[in-house]
Amino acid sequence: MIDSLFPNVDWDSMWEATLETLYMTALSTVFTFVIGLALGILLFLTAPKQLWANKIVNWLTGAFVNIFRSIPFIILIILLIPFTLFLMGSIRGPNAALPALIIGSAPFYARMVLIALKEIDKGVIEAARSMGATTGTIIWKVLLPESKPALISGITVTAIALVGYTAMAGIIGAGGLGTLAFLDGFQRSREDVTLMATILILIIVFVIQFIGDLVTTKADKR
Amino acid sequence: MIELKKVTKKFDTGKAVLTAVDQVDLSISDGEIFGIIGYSGAGKSTLIRLLNGLEKPSSGTVEINGQTITAIKGGELRKARQKVSMIFQHFNLLWSRTVKENIEFPLEIAGAAKAQRGKRVQELIELVGLTGRENAYPSELSGGQKQRVGIARALANDPEVLLCDEATSALDPETTDAILDLLVDINKRLGLTIVLITHEMHVIRKICHRVAVMEGGRVVELGDVLNVFQSPKEEITKRFVAQVTDSGDSQETIKNLRELYPTGELVKLVFVGDQTEQPILTKLIRSHSVEVNIVQGNISHTQRGAYGTLILQLKGSITEIEEALAFLRSEDVQAEVMHND
Repeated sequence: MIDSLFPNVDWDSMWEATLETLYMTALSTVFTFVIGLALGILLFLTAPKQLWANKIVNWLTGAFVNIFRSIPFIILIILLIPFTLFLMGSIRGPNAALPALIIGSAPFYARMVLIALKEIDKGVIEAARSMGATTGTIIWKVLLPESKPALISGITVTAIALVGYTAMAGIIGAGGLGTLAFLDGFQRSREDVTLMATILILIIVFVIQFIGDLVTTKADKR
Repeated sequence: MIELKKVTKKFDTGKAVLTAVDQVDLSISDGEIFGIIGYSGAGKSTLIRLLNGLEKPSSGTVEINGQTITAIKGGELRKARQKVSMIFQHFNLLWSRTVKENIEFPLEIAGAAKAQRGKRVQELIELVGLTGRENAYPSELSGGQKQRVGIARALANDPEVLLCDEATSALDPETTDAILDLLVDINKRLGLTIVLITHEMHVIRKICHRVAVMEGGRVVELGDVLNVFQSPKEEITKRFVAQVTDSGDSQETIKNLRELYPTGELVKLVFVGDQTEQPILTKLIRSHSVEVNIVQGNISHTQRGAYGTLILQLKGSITEIEEALAFLRSEDVQAEVMHND
């Protein structure tokens, strides 16, 4: 039955493409989380009246985040080709997509981290300071735990955006479901292949959203 | 011993320079419960934050038990803060931690060993009366319980001084009294010095030994709570005292009472300390022929003794009333005839 609905779908390559998409999404999400978190915390702590208040660092970090958040992803990939080539030795394949995916989404996530941290009650930070906590303790034991639900829902949104980005990266040959839908589906007029790739992407997105919501709810003790 | 010498704190708001604390000199002894009262904007929040270095003064020095808080920073200041802990109006608990974990937090900061931490947390939970709620999250607690966690957390590292930043202002009157009782208990049991700021005279009356009244960044009146209640000097102090002792001073009350008791004289008596325990009225009635009728009265108990006012209607001839007044004054009771004008 399925074969008659999707006559042109080669299930082996479809599965392989799915795994590539998952691989790119997972790896770029992990790096985005770490880099975005670091940038977000830096933005937060260097803001006026905060623990590391520093105009210059705050301005530079803010400018970096804003610039890379503003460049349309498809253009960012092209702009980053020399950098990718230098870093990965190739511009084809799932690994080659990673630098662009991470550089494109880490600033986006950094902004969400900043919003999450700003939501924390200032009194709690003051209380930690009054107990003699170091800035490191405040970051690990106050800022991160107290903003956990927002950090998780933020990374969920980012991961879903990254699924979309991997498809775009697919156009320039990163592999995954995007490449499959574009080369095998669109360019060869096999609509069923494009449709199947879309369905799989939707499933991935739904699963990510489901897990994200579940973890967010569990983490929120307010 | 806490010593503030000529402490001034200015904030540069960009447009203007705001003097939050202005040349404050204070000396608070060990084991004392010291209250600072003022309306919002009086500078009391800034003042209390100067004591643990959360704010740095623009000039002047703060010394606590021989250590100059204003001269140290970094690790040394963080170490000092473990001995000068603080509780807050909005409790400032970590919602992501349970009661037990919240109380454990300062012990983690101080680097206590895990086994030791568990034991200490259990002691503190018992001390503040939260047994059975160890694993609850702050969202599951009432305001009073949250403040108990705050107090337990503040006591974790055996501080010498406890700073209370409007600690009962977010609580209902009954819970306020329970928390104040707990503070007095802690003060007596642990010999802890408590410095509290508030805008409620009730808090000062109930637990403080001495009080400083702040207005516009300055300490305008300072003294033993009982003395301040008995004879407030500044206008602002009188307003605060009137919060808790509606002594019938207002023209409105006098007029109302006059209408209710049109005959004889209305006399206001003010008792302070020991006199409240003397049977002065009995003596008056036995030895004088005036008729005595109690119209209104109240007695407030402070940590340094009681303070009360009583309004009497005295009926009799002018000489009889004069004699009665003379007798009361001879017993060291302030007695004044209330006239409406």
